[in-house]
Amino acid sequence: MSNDYAVKQNNFQAWFMDKLLMGLSWPDYLKKLITPFNIVAAAILCVGLPLIGVRFVYGLASVTDASNEYPWGIFLGWGLFSGVPLSATGFVMATAYYIFGFKRYHSLVRLGVLTGFLGYLFAVIYLLTDLGRPWRIYYPMLIGFGTASVLFLVAWHVATYLTVQLLEFSPAILEWLKSHRVRRWATMMTIGMTIAGIILSTLHQSALGAMFLLVPSKMHPLWYSQYLPVFFLSSSIYAALAMVIVVSTLGAKFLRDKADQNFLGNLDSLTVGLGKAAAVGIYVYFVLKLTGVAHDDHWNLLSTPYGRWFLLEILGFVLLPGLTLSLGVKKKSTSIVRFGAFWAVIGIILNRMNVSTVVFNWNLPHHLHHIIPPWREAAIVLAIFTLHILLFRWILNRMPVLREHPDYSDHR
Amino acid sequence: MINKENEPVMQDESAGEGSGDAARSRGTGKGMNRRNFLGTMVAIGGIATAGAAKTAAASDDFSGWPNSFGLLTDLTACVGCRSCEKACNESNKLPTPTTPFDDPSVFNQTRRPDAHAYSVVNRFNNPKDPSTPIYRKVQCNHCKEPACASACPIHAYRKTPEGAVMYNPDLCFGCRYCMVACPFYVPAYDYESALEPRIVKCTMCYDTRLKFGKPTACAEACPAGAITFGRRDELIKVARERIAANPDKYIDHIMGEFEVGGTNWLYISGVPFEQVGFPENLPKRPPIELTKGFLSSVPLVFTIWPALFGMCYAAVRHRDEVCEEKIAAHKKEEGK
Repeated sequence: MSNDYAVKQNNFQAWFMDKLLMGLSWPDYLKKLITPFNIVAAAILCVGLPLIGVRFVYGLASVTDASNEYPWGIFLGWGLFSGVPLSATGFVMATAYYIFGFKRYHSLVRLGVLTGFLGYLFAVIYLLTDLGRPWRIYYPMLIGFGTASVLFLVAWHVATYLTVQLLEFSPAILEWLKSHRVRRWATMMTIGMTIAGIILSTLHQSALGAMFLLVPSKMHPLWYSQYLPVFFLSSSIYAALAMVIVVSTLGAKFLRDKADQNFLGNLDSLTVGLGKAAAVGIYVYFVLKLTGVAHDDHWNLLSTPYGRWFLLEILGFVLLPGLTLSLGVKKKSTSIVRFGAFWAVIGIILNRMNVSTVVFNWNLPHHLHHIIPPWREAAIVLAIFTLHILLFRWILNRMPVLREHPDYSDHR
Repeated sequence: MINKENEPVMQDESAGEGSGDAARSRGTGKGMNRRNFLGTMVAIGGIATAGAAKTAAASDDFSGWPNSFGLLTDLTACVGCRSCEKACNESNKLPTPTTPFDDPSVFNQTRRPDAHAYSVVNRFNNPKDPSTPIYRKVQCNHCKEPACASACPIHAYRKTPEGAVMYNPDLCFGCRYCMVACPFYVPAYDYESALEPRIVKCTMCYDTRLKFGKPTACAEACPAGAITFGRRDELIKVARERIAANPDKYIDHIMGEFEVGGTNWLYISGVPFEQVGFPENLPKRPPIELTKGFLSSVPLVFTIWPALFGMCYAAVRHRDEVCEEKIAAHKKEEGK
């Protein structure tokens, strides 16, 4: 008996060392953890995590400036409204690869799906931090159905889509755990899951914009438009393409040893291809935005201070990154394309922050006093973002994402 | 615009009287059945389709509960005594404020309803006569088609046939979308509470008075006759009569008659409403109209997308197969 136990113990130890410590012993693993990046991350978490505790013990007022006029701050502006479009990566890459047959992009599909899955997971974490009673998060699913609410749709879709993305990513987890049979089942669902992903994504990406349709009197007319759902959906598509460029760039730079030749060798040409698609996406969105101004005939507002801010957004953070991407594509320069992609991602964040915080309540007296969040709120966001990066890295280090698992190299 | 046609009132004599049981059988009953039906739909995963169906069904020109109650605040009559605030505070058993109700120093700043007050009175300069300031009571306006209720993902709000917009904290998870949605900036949140934060807003004294057909505490307490309680339809007539009788005293506008689809709390004033803190650009359409189009696209996406993208997939597969067949045929020929 004791022998059996010892064997089990040994097996577990071997498994633990192999899977979680990446084959290293405890001391080696811990030694490897001491890097400048990790020290900074630890410092951020040391401040941010206790503040999350403060928020749950003393209420939202203890960490945010949320008020009766400004119920939402950067938890949602950054975490949900910016995080979700930047996480359209899974749906965009899976659709391109599985449905439209862009087979060369194979080495980026998993990375896209993982980026999407983690993005949604953390969007939910930001939401849980912001909700007054987060333990009731399941209420829209089971307790009360606000079917006339756009947020009801968002809640359902984000929850469902999180599950869909977990299933989409599950082959990587199952390869890591060497579970052949379950993996085969998981891959059989791929097409169905991809189409489910398209449905859910088109609806909830646009629904995030549709949420603001309710507040025509509170939002600046240059940003308020009946096309808001279309703006949000169309920008999420180029956001996803730019985000895949950004994430693959970071992966190839910082986790080079975890990537295989298939990933690294193809990355440059794929980056240019993605850049081309992102540029097209940006031009579509740019024209839609102009259409929005034209439809409501708001040209005259462009000369107001908010109008200049609007022009800065759509010229400086939409059109210019698009032109940069096109230039990079023309010159076949991955570094220009990457620069354009980072820029486009910043533009998306700017747009979502504009809609959710900057131009919302623009006509209240003393508006904009809340633009700079209190340090506690920012520290919590920074801590959650750090956790996001750490979990991302933890998975990339262990699971076959930037590389193909040798046993499954046929999994295209 | 005084003589503009009355808001269409549903011709259903049994509806909306007293406790509103009959009314419930008419409208809410419909909603309840649909909600039960919805539960079934959730079970089989058709939630979004059912949701849109409900929205579509709600669209047939709902012009508010017939015979619902309302209040009319006459800003020209209000003297800023804050009796209404006091009555509201006591009737709803809210915490006693640090500044007493007879202390006029509160007027030095503009206040708003918050976690401890359903209703507050603010003072504004009177452009017509600087010596007599204008006072305005702020509270929930109890919209006929409330934005808060359209926003709530858990159905924590309901519009009662009697006219009150009621919030149920037992359902709320604290997303605060209702606060974002409210065109009047009314719902307040107690951010201080960690375990039981809730939305706080005027209930039109529903549980203690309104459902028995009794006037609200503020209306009863007002010594100046600035708050009139009654059926909304009647109040609109009263307001019109007052404006017609004193065209110099009042501006020709009943706030809440049409704004955001109409509210059960109405106002008449001697100065434009923007000058007494009302939002300037309130649309006439109820906010729910603005999201209806989007929500009605949901079942379309659910139905059309699988076929459309399934076909894309099939087309790509087909092309691959044709290509493979060609290669195979080519190889066969070469083999010969």
